[in-house]
Amino acid sequence: MSGLLASLQFSSPYFPVIVLMAVAVGLSAGFVFLSQWVGPKRYDRTKYSEYECGVDPLTTSTVRISVKFFLVAILFLLFDLETTFLYPWAVLYRSLGLFGFVEMGVFVGILLVGLVYAWKKGALEWQ
Amino acid sequence: MNPALFDLVVAVARIAVMLAFCLTLVVVFTWVERKGAAYIQDRRGPNRAAIFGIRAWGLFHPMADALKFLFKEDFIPDRAHRLFYQIAPMFALAPVIMTIAVIPFGPDVTLFGRRIALQIADLNVGILYIFAVSGMTVYGVVLAGWSSGSKYPLLGGLRSSAQMLSYEVSMGLSLMGIFMVFQSVRLSQIVAAQGGLLFGVLPKWGVFVQPLGFVLFLVAQYAEANRTPFDLPEGESELVAGYHTEYGSFKFSMFMMAEYFHMVVGAAILSTLFFGGWQFPYLGDTGFLFPGGAGFALPPALVFLLRIGSFVGKVVFFAWLYVWVRWTIPRFRYDQVMRLGWKMMLPLSLANLFATGLILLLPGR
Repeated sequence: MSGLLASLQFSSPYFPVIVLMAVAVGLSAGFVFLSQWVGPKRYDRTKYSEYECGVDPLTTSTVRISVKFFLVAILFLLFDLETTFLYPWAVLYRSLGLFGFVEMGVFVGILLVGLVYAWKKGALEWQ
Repeated sequence: MNPALFDLVVAVARIAVMLAFCLTLVVVFTWVERKGAAYIQDRRGPNRAAIFGIRAWGLFHPMADALKFLFKEDFIPDRAHRLFYQIAPMFALAPVIMTIAVIPFGPDVTLFGRRIALQIADLNVGILYIFAVSGMTVYGVVLAGWSSGSKYPLLGGLRSSAQMLSYEVSMGLSLMGIFMVFQSVRLSQIVAAQGGLLFGVLPKWGVFVQPLGFVLFLVAQYAEANRTPFDLPEGESELVAGYHTEYGSFKFSMFMMAEYFHMVVGAAILSTLFFGGWQFPYLGDTGFLFPGGAGFALPPALVFLLRIGSFVGKVVFFAWLYVWVRWTIPRFRYDQVMRLGWKMMLPLSLANLFATGLILLLPGR
């Protein structure tokens, strides 16, 4: 036991994160199981069918989805990746000076052209 | 004391303190929301729950709610995907709880000759950890919407995920100015840097250094938390209740808990990045020191209490701001939300980035 205790790095900053993760997952899983275990169970076909305002379901959940949602996902990937590149640049900005400003201006400018293109093509229009 | 054991005790104690603080606020704010809504709409609000005849302004209502949710029938709809339907509420709640890890809630304290940071984990990636973990909450929404096997949750989940993705971009970009000014993403360093003075008068808080960044981040936070005016995922008028239509019992209350937890954590992040976290204006380690040169000394214990109180006060205020906004502003239409996200927030946050860059390039900065 003491050997195991000594081998663990309690002072590492990531140790409390692991503990917190265990607490968070344990708490959420516990709630789900508790909820299932405590409440009553009485099966009823209507009760267990999906929601539709007081009548039998009119359509199933296999509805067609607008392609706009996929466009948003692609644009998100593009710009979130851009932000990821900006983090280290922002932290080091003061030591980079004018060089850093111009370099990032070019990088962001190229992506901005992409945004303007998507904008003009109507990818950002929702009716 | 054994140093390893000491570290373990400190780690667990810090988690216990922060988690207890946040969970208390979550419970209290489910009550504050209803009571605040009532007073804003000129009603009395919940005041019926009582223990031994003591009503305490309806403060027992959250307790009554929890018990009621727990003893409700917990059903899985026949058409639902049984595994993902069960996992979705966990995905909604667990990541939000994890985001509290990097928020500093007080200054360093010395205990048994060791310096202890009042922060669960002082990670060098700081804010990136928050983004990485809170990004996972999107899975909760998407899984809940898809696995319910019903069309209203599916549409609500899709809307919600598209909205959260859209605003995540501007949320990251709006903080870039803060990192450029304070030269760190480590939250403890950002808070420490906000202890100085700006132009010798104002406290060097993020909101004074980055006013536009603050507004953009505030809006993005509201959209991320799916709170009014961005609560279309649960637009009752067209989608019944959005992605958690098919949920009942304690699983439903887990989605609610996640929303309120999101609110509390969002308030904590806002006050940490833009309002100096635990910093109290003009309060140094030994006492007050005002810009004119005047000042007076205070005992260290009082300084410590003032700083903790300052953090708690800011968090409570910003959490209340969520409630206040919710009952003041009407809901956007979906095309307006997307237009605001992509055509206003994104260009504005890029402009803010360049403006900050130019100002920092000026000589003498």
